[in-house]
Amino acid sequence: MTKPHTRHGDLRGQDGRRLTRRALLAGAAGAVGAATVAPVSGQQSVDTTRRAGRGPNEVDQRSSFVTPRRDPSTTSSRTPLQDLRGTITPADLHFERHHGGVPNIDPARYELLIHGLVDRPTVFSLADLQQFPATSRTCFLECSGNLRRGTPETLPQMVCGLTSQTEWTGVLLSTVLREVGAQPSATWLLAEGQDAAVMTRSVPMDKAFDDAMIVYAQNGDALMPGNGYPARLLLPGWEGNASVKWLRRIELADQPFMTREETSKYTDPLDGGNTVRQFSFVMDARSIITDPAYPRVIEPGWHEIRGLAWSGRGRITGVEVSTDGGATWHAAILQGPVLPKAHVRFRHLWQWDGDPAEIMSRATDETGYVQPTWEALQAARGPGTRYHQNPITSWTVGDDGRMLFGAERLRS
Amino acid sequence: MTARRSAHLWITHLCLMTTALGVLWLAAPAAAGQQPVAASDHPATFGLGRAARTSEIETLDIDVMPDGTGLPVGQGTAAEGARTWARACGVCHGVEGEGSTAAPVVGRDPDSRRPTVGNYWPYATTLYDYINRAMPRNAPGTLTPDEVYSLVAWILSKNDIIATDAVMNATTLPDVVMPARGRFVPDDRRGGPEVR
Repeated sequence: MTKPHTRHGDLRGQDGRRLTRRALLAGAAGAVGAATVAPVSGQQSVDTTRRAGRGPNEVDQRSSFVTPRRDPSTTSSRTPLQDLRGTITPADLHFERHHGGVPNIDPARYELLIHGLVDRPTVFSLADLQQFPATSRTCFLECSGNLRRGTPETLPQMVCGLTSQTEWTGVLLSTVLREVGAQPSATWLLAEGQDAAVMTRSVPMDKAFDDAMIVYAQNGDALMPGNGYPARLLLPGWEGNASVKWLRRIELADQPFMTREETSKYTDPLDGGNTVRQFSFVMDARSIITDPAYPRVIEPGWHEIRGLAWSGRGRITGVEVSTDGGATWHAAILQGPVLPKAHVRFRHLWQWDGDPAEIMSRATDETGYVQPTWEALQAARGPGTRYHQNPITSWTVGDDGRMLFGAERLRS
Repeated sequence: MTARRSAHLWITHLCLMTTALGVLWLAAPAAAGQQPVAASDHPATFGLGRAARTSEIETLDIDVMPDGTGLPVGQGTAAEGARTWARACGVCHGVEGEGSTAAPVVGRDPDSRRPTVGNYWPYATTLYDYINRAMPRNAPGTLTPDEVYSLVAWILSKNDIIATDAVMNATTLPDVVMPARGRFVPDDRRGGPEVR
């Protein structure tokens, strides 16, 4: 029933399954009538039991029927949330946002300099970083510019695809700071990348001592180039821009550095611009329904509403789903384990009766914060903020079964 | 690292313009200026890494702070900057800095909400830091200190922040007070039920 969305040529999911089922049926019919099997799709023989498949190989690839794609622009690429069913984002589908392209860094020549308010200014190789005691952390990473309000023909990927989740492995930054003798007078550090933007952000030392990491592995493998190979900073729960990739330098100081990315960018004009909120690091709780969503066309009957929820302040404690445009709400099932600062899957059974409806979700985190409506965000901040938007979003379905993005809810 | 000028002046400025929350915010990192606590089984040192040479620190330490720390020797004026702008910047940011494929940098109308230098940049030193490290996009890191100072002077002059004949250097640039300076406030979101 899924309508292929032509922009991305992505036929994965329901279409892929239908194709397979049809192929199997055709294969069974063919086996009755004749020994020869005619290809149906042009991509594979009908009866896979009559011919040995390929042997083991060095690196596997997705089935030819499965083609999830990021949606790249000149500066970012967005995770296809509608094509994923768990909480871990495959490394090659993790969103990207970079400011000077992706550098190609030889790990043998990679060095990280740590200096400033430290007793022992030190240069670490990648091997040095990997020799420290390692730790792994599963958490989301979200760009604070992660909202497109769009048109009704907008994919989950385009609404909210600048969030992804990874099992990161590396060394706690506190371990490395202890090695270099971080001085008590240090209150901020500068993290600097090795890309053509030489990206820099200031980070408070209390975050550095809390749960910050220098990571070199993504889902157990080396980082992908677009996500900072060979090593990046990781600040769990904080806006992605501050988790500086291709990390080449850390400088400890007694004040923030006021870089371009923390002054003229990634800041929030409030009250019509009379004030500007700065260092808005933590990503507030948010959720999105990833299925059913545009461009699916559904039929009356039972559907499982599925989505993701997360909070930069800790654990998600609940997700509520409404199937009547927000008039009534129902507690969704959370798929455990529910990790802090991590994507969690939520699911809710819904019997669609064929009448027009609007489905939406809202997340609550352990601080008691409830994901707000667009109107509530506008009322709190005034118009004109571009970053850190986490409104409730919805999908509508008409009596023709077509799912569309609830763009009307995000009108100013 | 070279000794940095005391942060007290900066903190005083910021505290004066912010709320009590802001004072708390600034005090919090200072209070947190503790040594990281090692896992109980960690040795005093792992003996990893090598001592950084002064020369390599000087090469990499390109950042410029609001108090001017990190600014190199050199200088420039708007007239000199106009030539560099025409050669290296105008094609993306517009001949007069009005914006084109890249963001506008000139504009002093806060109501427009355009994040121009005149409307939205709180520190003039950030201009030097950013242009030096990342501009022009097709050849970052190639501008000389004099070229960067002159571009900063041109941008500040076009935004009516400094006089057209003002000389920008390591002494004068940190003293430039930006129109947007007083509008910046620390993050006041704290979780909990309130939407902010």
